[in-house]
Amino acid sequence: MTRLLAATLAATLAAIGTVQAAPKDSIIIGMTLEPPMLDPTAGAAAAIGEVTYRNIFEGLTALDSGMQVHPLLAKSWTVSPDGLTYTFALRPGVTFSDGARFDCSVVKFTYERAAAPDSVNAHKGKFEPIASVACPTPETAVVTLKRPTGAFLVDMGTNDAVMVSPVSAAGNKTNPVGTGPYKLVRWVKGDRVELARNPGYWGGPPAIASVTFRFIADPSAAAASVLAGDVDAFPLFPAPETLDQFRADKRFHVQIGTTSGKTILALNNTRKPFNDIRVRRALAHAIDRKGLVDALGNYGTPIGSHEVPGDAGYIDLTGMYPYDVAKAKALLAEAGIKPGFTMTIRLPPPPYARRGGEVIAAMLEQVGITVKLVPIEWAQWLDQVFKQSDFDATIISHVEPGDLDIYARDKYYFEYHSAEYNALYKQFAETNDPATRLALRGALQLKLAEDEPNVFLFALAKVGVWNADLRGLWSNEPIFANVVSEMSWAK
Amino acid sequence: MITFTARRLIALLLTLLAASLVVFLVLQVLPGDPASLMLGTEARADTLAALRHQMGLDVPAPARYFGWLWGMARGDFGVSYTYSVPVAELIRARVAVTLPLALMAICLSVGLAIPVGVLAAARRGRAADVAAMGVAQLGVAVPNFWLGLLLILLFAVTLGWVPAGGFPGWQDGLWPGLRALLLPALALGLPQAAILARITRSSVLETLGEDFVRTARAKGLTRRVALWRHAVPNALVPVVTIIGLQFSFLLAGTVIVENVFALPGMGRLMFQAIAQRDLIVVQDLVVLLAGSVIVVNFVVDLAYGVLDPRLARGGAS
Repeated sequence: MTRLLAATLAATLAAIGTVQAAPKDSIIIGMTLEPPMLDPTAGAAAAIGEVTYRNIFEGLTALDSGMQVHPLLAKSWTVSPDGLTYTFALRPGVTFSDGARFDCSVVKFTYERAAAPDSVNAHKGKFEPIASVACPTPETAVVTLKRPTGAFLVDMGTNDAVMVSPVSAAGNKTNPVGTGPYKLVRWVKGDRVELARNPGYWGGPPAIASVTFRFIADPSAAAASVLAGDVDAFPLFPAPETLDQFRADKRFHVQIGTTSGKTILALNNTRKPFNDIRVRRALAHAIDRKGLVDALGNYGTPIGSHEVPGDAGYIDLTGMYPYDVAKAKALLAEAGIKPGFTMTIRLPPPPYARRGGEVIAAMLEQVGITVKLVPIEWAQWLDQVFKQSDFDATIISHVEPGDLDIYARDKYYFEYHSAEYNALYKQFAETNDPATRLALRGALQLKLAEDEPNVFLFALAKVGVWNADLRGLWSNEPIFANVVSEMSWAK
Repeated sequence: MITFTARRLIALLLTLLAASLVVFLVLQVLPGDPASLMLGTEARADTLAALRHQMGLDVPAPARYFGWLWGMARGDFGVSYTYSVPVAELIRARVAVTLPLALMAICLSVGLAIPVGVLAAARRGRAADVAAMGVAQLGVAVPNFWLGLLLILLFAVTLGWVPAGGFPGWQDGLWPGLRALLLPALALGLPQAAILARITRSSVLETLGEDFVRTARAKGLTRRVALWRHAVPNALVPVVTIIGLQFSFLLAGTVIVENVFALPGMGRLMFQAIAQRDLIVVQDLVVLLAGSVIVVNFVVDLAYGVLDPRLARGGAS
């Protein structure tokens, strides 16, 4: 009897074992914001890329988590010596998930559509250098540029430059059709987007068969969803204050990585007294970046210019304006700023701004500046700060990778204007030689640190939490993406 | 009764019209442009203009207002700026979450509060009364989002009985949907039940002191029969008023609980639409909520007539 029982028990356990060993091939990913729609060529929301980039849509080139360019729908390419002609060899036998063929005519359509007068591409500027797209054969695309553009292959690897089919492009907002390894199954608005393998994918079936993106805006609810196992991964986790709990739990992996987010105290460079370089430098000396990062939960790295550590060509300029209250006071006195001077800092919704604003206000108080903090919504920020430049200062993270060009623009919200910087930038933008580009990139960072148009604060960290058995998620997040085809479950 | 209903209908239409005008005007002066929110900081002026044209934002405001009204009169609620799908479709999906949630919460609240309130009144000053009112006092003080978080921690994280949030939809049958709404309904309904129980208790106590209850007792009815047949029905008028108020509040006020439980309901749609300046959705939702509050009030008025025929005669005169 005992033996029979033992045998039954063993058989049962074995059965349970087999059930558990069946490989799991689905995954649920949590996100705080829902994409407004699913067409990356018609909107700027980061959430669109987090769902679609390299899952539903693919470009000629692809970017990885180190911002390196790889071939994707273009197998290879050559660049003419003058840097003006790019000849792409396209991957043969690629189809869209609706069966439409991908060839050079699609490349021509995609780039011309993005640059057209009625284009609603959020980064239309990336297509502005393109003079023409020619199709000598269906599998060759020749793109001619108006001027050398060093970042062209990177730009064509972003979300904004993914291939869309002339047949389905108009419907991509709600029914996205791309060449990627996954296709849309269902979008329950306000709750989740479900994707499943695209059976006709040119690259073969990925390990994960289906993925669900769930939208959970509330930080506490996000933490609970991971703890309860409702969500397998929260790659951009909104509740860093709960991380110790996850670290102590073997079921979870906690990842602290980097993003391209350059968090700055942006100043209105045309408004008095911020047009005075002494005042801007005083503010830089008055803010203890290390202390600020610590106060925000220690997730971030201090920076000294508009570039984050890890970027190719990053130079460390954090020593330029060390935390020095006496120096800050002296500079302010020299500029004629009396103690009790009041400035307003406008704070958009993210915690780095709202909490960071309070810390910075306390630090500026030490040098005799009274700070008025004004919390605002994104819509107001875009209207009052960004569009009308009606502000003293604001705290904002610039998440676009490699966006040194914003300081060279004629009109940009913080109103930095420097002929010297513009000349340097033009040289940089039109150079294809990697070594020269790196050197110029360093020079640009140095020039910005010297002029300190904004107080450069810290690089925003990527904080992610996921199931310890999950593999292949990005440690760093220079662009907003969840490349599901790289993910898998450990056996 | 017919004039009463007709008068109510006209009032309803006028209120809706006023609500539509107010919300439209408020949204016109609200800073922020839906097109620039969609396209972000890198958008060029010509791209913005193209999108504004696509959204119909380049039409003058009065024309947009009358176009919207005319559309609604024909049952066309417009197309969401952010989602690019018909607003009616969006709202229908959200109502399928919020309405059952509000109904569950109100049933829970009424089902708990009336027996507890009556019991507390009948046992005035004794242990049951003190205990019930103590718990109710606590219930009034506890904010529903915090109660929601506690419920999630206990039932979803620790016990794993229900999901921590989200909504699977009704397509897989009734049970998965109800299961997902159980905790949110508790979080919404319990604080409401606490308020309602206190109102019920004081209202029943008041009627228990009335002459007609004393007469009933003098006729030889037992305490219990006098309570249920005479005191409770007469105590219900103020209770129904509060239920009506609570229901309107639930419909409009699920925003916090829906956020805590990540439910795709109307409250969250409203919240999201305001943040994203999806103006047409905000306009439609406000008018819809205003309409439903008026309808609920109307139903409450009819209920008064049933509970206390004197009121209906007064209303129709």
